[in-house]
Amino acid sequence: MNTLLPLIMHSDLQSPVAYRGDRVIRVTDFLADVVQLTALLPAASHILNVCSDRYRFCVGLAAAMCAGKISLLPSTHTPEAVRQLCEFAPDVFCLTDFDAGINLPTLNYPADVASANAHKIIADQIIPAFSATQLVAYVFTSGSTGTPVAHPKTWGALVGSVRAEATRFGMLDGRRYTLVGTVPAQHMYGFESTVLLALQSGAAFWAGKPFFAADIAAALNAVPAPRLLVSTPFHLRAVIDTDVEFPPIEKVISATAPLTQALASEIEIFCAAPLLEIYGSTESGQIASRRSVHETQWQLLDGFALDQRGETTYARSANFGVDAAFSDGVALGDIIEKTDTNQFVLHGRRGDLINIAGKRTALGFLNHQLLSISGVRDGVFFLPLSDSGEDVTRLVAFVVAPDLSIAEITQALRERVDPLFLPRPLYLVEKLPRNAAGKLPNKELLGLLAQLREQRQEK
Amino acid sequence: MSDTSASNTSGLVHEATPEFLHEIAAMIVSSLNLEVTAESIEPNAPLYGEGLGLDSIDILEVALVISKQYGLQLRADSDDNTQIFRSLRSLAEHVAAFRKK
Repeated sequence: MNTLLPLIMHSDLQSPVAYRGDRVIRVTDFLADVVQLTALLPAASHILNVCSDRYRFCVGLAAAMCAGKISLLPSTHTPEAVRQLCEFAPDVFCLTDFDAGINLPTLNYPADVASANAHKIIADQIIPAFSATQLVAYVFTSGSTGTPVAHPKTWGALVGSVRAEATRFGMLDGRRYTLVGTVPAQHMYGFESTVLLALQSGAAFWAGKPFFAADIAAALNAVPAPRLLVSTPFHLRAVIDTDVEFPPIEKVISATAPLTQALASEIEIFCAAPLLEIYGSTESGQIASRRSVHETQWQLLDGFALDQRGETTYARSANFGVDAAFSDGVALGDIIEKTDTNQFVLHGRRGDLINIAGKRTALGFLNHQLLSISGVRDGVFFLPLSDSGEDVTRLVAFVVAPDLSIAEITQALRERVDPLFLPRPLYLVEKLPRNAAGKLPNKELLGLLAQLREQRQEK
Repeated sequence: MSDTSASNTSGLVHEATPEFLHEIAAMIVSSLNLEVTAESIEPNAPLYGEGLGLDSIDILEVALVISKQYGLQLRADSDDNTQIFRSLRSLAEHVAAFRKK
């Protein structure tokens, strides 16, 4: 069955799709921009869309879909990640709206096309629709062996997820919502919950990505109500400690790392709005939500189910156009306890996955990158547990590299891993406390860390 | 990208005294528990990325301390929060120009 699903669900060609500075971009402007950009795209079939402006990213995504191209969404843009992307898709080109310094054939986002003129070119605009089985994107996780893992996203699976989300958040009540997101459009959460959620619920989004609390307030003030703030514990924690004032917000959405009930409650009080948390992953997309102040359990979104096989939990979707991989279920990286058909409790990460300020990677991946540096004889990343629970914990690395300086190793790592995963601090040691089996027990690493910290204090 | 004076939106130039540079350096070191001394932070070296190596987590943390100590809410011009954090000197000059306490 070949179901066609439209690019947008807006019922009116004059509905806003995006707000950029003081400009309102309506459906007609958007469709005209998509047509114009589609005509400019090179023949290659893979596109790395790094546009920092959410609207331009969205136009790039839609144009790529119209041309049958696949968008690549890697977890980071370090030189090593770009090199690996080229191995995955040798024809990849980059679409950007700033000097991204990415070593690929590049199409600069065209200077703002005069949408007013474009309307005249396209008198009868039709909203494009795509097969539910069309492959729209590959979203990458870092993988534990050093090679990124590509997760295919069909249009049907993406639409299914975000329509279920729109239903859960009550966004299909006929009002025109505006989303303000502090997360990039290129990561799975921002991709789904800012760009696609707006397109598929008839809503609009703010094109910027506010960072500081005062920026978030300014962005919220620049868009009409009803407003949704789409953010992370990392940004929200910084907001509630300030004296900035927000205009009325309908809902606050948070994802990337679980919130404590206490922090959720503080955010609700500060924003004077209910806070809804989303649970999802790059592999599965978003699959559940909860009202964190009084729910510890997660409620699956419509159309999703969980299967337990051995120690691993799999998410399945009954939404349209799911590919074979998804109908068999997608393995989740968390320890999950199903409490009912539609409910579950999260018990933390499985294996060596770690999460720093909402960004996920595997310790195995980091160790692989560290050991691939010429001159590093041995080394390991280590995540000490945070005492307070709310603070962001930073990674530590122990490295055996007699001929390298800390600065040299850090610089080499910077080429390979996202800045959030750079060790702080990096300790040069003579050897690692490996046991007889060659393993590095947690207890030994904690002991080594305590010893090194003590030495440093004495200096 | 924007030009180098973009962080000071009023066009005012506030020289940061050596004492104030040290005060801001000490604030960065203590709020981030950095394993360097305030004196070792070069006034003109980048704070972000290469150089001191601060990242977005650190910058939000420093912004929070600045808002509490100096009554100043930092703003990023467009998406680019690297401007104000270009160097210790640019951050100190920005705080000196816009502080409310």
